[in-house]
Amino acid sequence: MKPRISASAVIWLVVGTVYFVVPLIATLLFSLQSGKNSSYSLAAYGNVLRDHTFWSTLKLSLELALETIAISLLLLVPTVYWVHLKLPRIRPYVEFMTILPFVVPPIILVVGLLQFYNGTFRAPLWYLENPNYFLTSAYVILAFPYVYRSLDAGVRAIDIHTLTEASQSLGAGWRTTMSRVILPNIRVAALGGAFLTLAIVMGEFTIASLAAFFTFPTYIAQVNQEKIYEAAALSLVSFLITWAAMAGLLLVGRGSGRGRARLAGGR
Amino acid sequence: MGPEGTRSLDLSATAVDSVGRPGPHGSGRRRFSLAWLGVVPFFAYATAFLILPSVVVLVGAFKSPTGSFTWDNMSEVIHTPEYRHAFRTSIELSIVTAILGGALGLMIAYAAIRPGTPRSVRPVVTTFSGVAANFAGVPLAFAFIATLGFTGIVTKFLDEHLGINIYEHGFTLFSFTGVAIVYLYFQIPLMILVIAPAIDGLRSEWREASSNLGASSFQYWRHIGFPVLLPSVLGASILLFANSFSAYATASQLTGGSVELVPLIIGQNVGGDVLSNPQLSQALALGMIVVMAISMVLYALIQRRASRWIR
Repeated sequence: MKPRISASAVIWLVVGTVYFVVPLIATLLFSLQSGKNSSYSLAAYGNVLRDHTFWSTLKLSLELALETIAISLLLLVPTVYWVHLKLPRIRPYVEFMTILPFVVPPIILVVGLLQFYNGTFRAPLWYLENPNYFLTSAYVILAFPYVYRSLDAGVRAIDIHTLTEASQSLGAGWRTTMSRVILPNIRVAALGGAFLTLAIVMGEFTIASLAAFFTFPTYIAQVNQEKIYEAAALSLVSFLITWAAMAGLLLVGRGSGRGRARLAGGR
Repeated sequence: MGPEGTRSLDLSATAVDSVGRPGPHGSGRRRFSLAWLGVVPFFAYATAFLILPSVVVLVGAFKSPTGSFTWDNMSEVIHTPEYRHAFRTSIELSIVTAILGGALGLMIAYAAIRPGTPRSVRPVVTTFSGVAANFAGVPLAFAFIATLGFTGIVTKFLDEHLGINIYEHGFTLFSFTGVAIVYLYFQIPLMILVIAPAIDGLRSEWREASSNLGASSFQYWRHIGFPVLLPSVLGASILLFANSFSAYATASQLTGGSVELVPLIIGQNVGGDVLSNPQLSQALALGMIVVMAISMVLYALIQRRASRWIR
């Protein structure tokens, strides 16, 4: 009684695969043309890997991503839990705040941040000139919608009232309840938000370039202007980084959270 | 609206409700004064890095260089043909990519989820969508330059093997059409991610029940499937519209400004880390915020209806 795959499903999946895979293959082939007279070679990749700016910007962007993830989880995990448990009435306001970054996209956020912290109000230079402060503060805002939605879904999927009560009636304090009951149950949701944030930060160009910071995406943009084969190689590297990060985090989430994930999915 | 309003409301509730220990149920109201403190960090952060910068933009749009109130910035945006044209192009691009991306994304998502398709297809499609929806900006622009650019692999392949030179037929990647094709690379995956839960909401029981009652596949779609999915599809399309309207990096890398879009003009006004013409940037930004806010309100209204079926 197993239904067979329908012809139209096959067609749409093939159309999708072609549209999404062809540019990746083309970029790969393009990046390999770097030999003499467009013969195939890996020279472009060698040049990229030997360029220490590649490593330094990559490291900076990774740092920014980890900082952003840490701050958004520290800020949002307690908020989401607390709002569900104690303050359901203010949930619409929290939700509004986390949707606002869609209304105020990066291109406007950067104008506002520069105007406010470098105009209306003169922020100290350590904030304005250090990407770890300026960019991270903005990236946490960009991560809000994704991390909040992921955590909100995670908290909804479990019965936090019962879990909290059970934990407390067994004598656990808030800290134990949080770290041994709530966190393990929303771990997959937190990782989900984290992996999206990683992808966002590793690719964020608008704020970084307009606020004149040299991160991984602005480095790629600079190479784009000068060396086309290296640019193709870097585009592919950038895609693989996003891909690897996501796959890795998905695996972590699956390894220990399979049972819960299935429960959450079967609501 | 915003945190200020909530704050005073909650504090007044505190005086009444703060007596007594939290009981097993309905703990929402007890110990309100302490409970409220739990969300202060979140609202403080959002105020500092989101609300204040946004308010500055809104206010700045009505400020003259000397700081007095003026309508000049807004009227300059409204009356300069270049800016009006930019808003029009931005909106057209967003509508085109929302409709195409929405339709293709829906078809691909349904193909991946529908009964009959092997279970293993769906996680591959959604995982890839998660990556591709975020693979925007500089590398995406370059991937398409390597594919469909003047010396792109596909351009050369079509020319050498099929005798079609697309650039002689008027195609160029650095045009409205080109940007639309590239935008679909993140629009379609976004649609797949957003619409998948709605497709899950089409329970197989409904389909079985309707076919048990003698309904054809067409009747099922006409009376059940389509009406249930419609609000979600509309909502998702608005999200796609907003996504494309606010995009900056991809278009800036691809066209360098040859296609006039509002975000690109705002970007050109930011030189280094200072605003070269802050009044104008802020007036244009306000225009964008208005369009984005309308889209989001519509999205929220439609989503409320759509969420009835997603549980």
